[in-house]
Amino acid sequence: MTFSLEMPLLILLILTAGGAILVKDLISAVFILGSYSFFLALVWAWLGAVDVAFVEAVVGAGLATVFFLLTLFGTASKDTRIRRPPPPIGALLGLPLLGLLLLYAANDLPQFGDPGSPASRHVSPFYLENSWDDSRTANVVTAVLMDYRAFDTLMETVVIFTAGIACALLLRKGHG
Amino acid sequence: MIRAHESVIVQMLSRLLVPLVQLYAMFILFFGQYGPGGGFVGGVMFAASLILGMLVFGPETPSWNVATRLLKGDGVGLIIFVAVGGLCLIAGGEFLNYAEMEIPGLDTPSRRYLGIIMTQIGVAADVAVTAISIVYSLSAVQHNGGPDA
Repeated sequence: MTFSLEMPLLILLILTAGGAILVKDLISAVFILGSYSFFLALVWAWLGAVDVAFVEAVVGAGLATVFFLLTLFGTASKDTRIRRPPPPIGALLGLPLLGLLLLYAANDLPQFGDPGSPASRHVSPFYLENSWDDSRTANVVTAVLMDYRAFDTLMETVVIFTAGIACALLLRKGHG
Repeated sequence: MIRAHESVIVQMLSRLLVPLVQLYAMFILFFGQYGPGGGFVGGVMFAASLILGMLVFGPETPSWNVATRLLKGDGVGLIIFVAVGGLCLIAGGEFLNYAEMEIPGLDTPSRRYLGIIMTQIGVAADVAVTAISIVYSLSAVQHNGGPDA
């Protein structure tokens, strides 16, 4: 990638994440969180994970915002009673150290897009080479999700179904 | 409680947007084998169009009734998914191994292609109904006499 959009994108990501935490008005926090999801979707698209970007844009920026807003309309929309205590001194010193340690470790990760990295040598060549011949599916992500790893997707669907049932049981008491 | 939005601009735009989003959701669902997208995104997008109709036009309108009627189909998507797996089992193969589906006149790749389409429809139905169900549940809370903000 030659265009230098990545740094502004990542800075916007951090700014919106911080803003969503720090803002007092919860409705603004929800909208800032939505824009955070949108920037995250752009980052996924920039990294080449278009399917993930799609899900992030639709679910994170669209559906989750609607859920949050509906919840806020049912409760109070001001974050007044929660007083944030000052962070403990251990966290204040320890977490930056941990971050530095992780940054140091990140040096040893394979370069982005490196064809020799373990992730691109193990099973992904098999999927890339065989998904068209096996199932006439050009999008390898779909072939992996729905064919090679269909059992995982089935369990994910069960989880989503369970979430819907739990919401109905908790929120629709005596309401049909 | 959800009420109809009174602004004419919002109502007109939603009337235009809802069918467009539904069309695009169908495209995403069935084009997922050639481009980005698939069952999950397609289902969420379809649900989002119906949720937009619910929020803008309010209760007791056609879009509200369609959405609440869809709630009766909770679990149908999961049944479709499991049924496709079960079909493979009945034909003597492994669970969710679409190559074992006994459909005459289809070679193995086409069977797997068909299996992918059918499970994607299952996922889309499950996700769409769940999303609408959660929105309906959240609106029912306010209906029950919570603080009506």
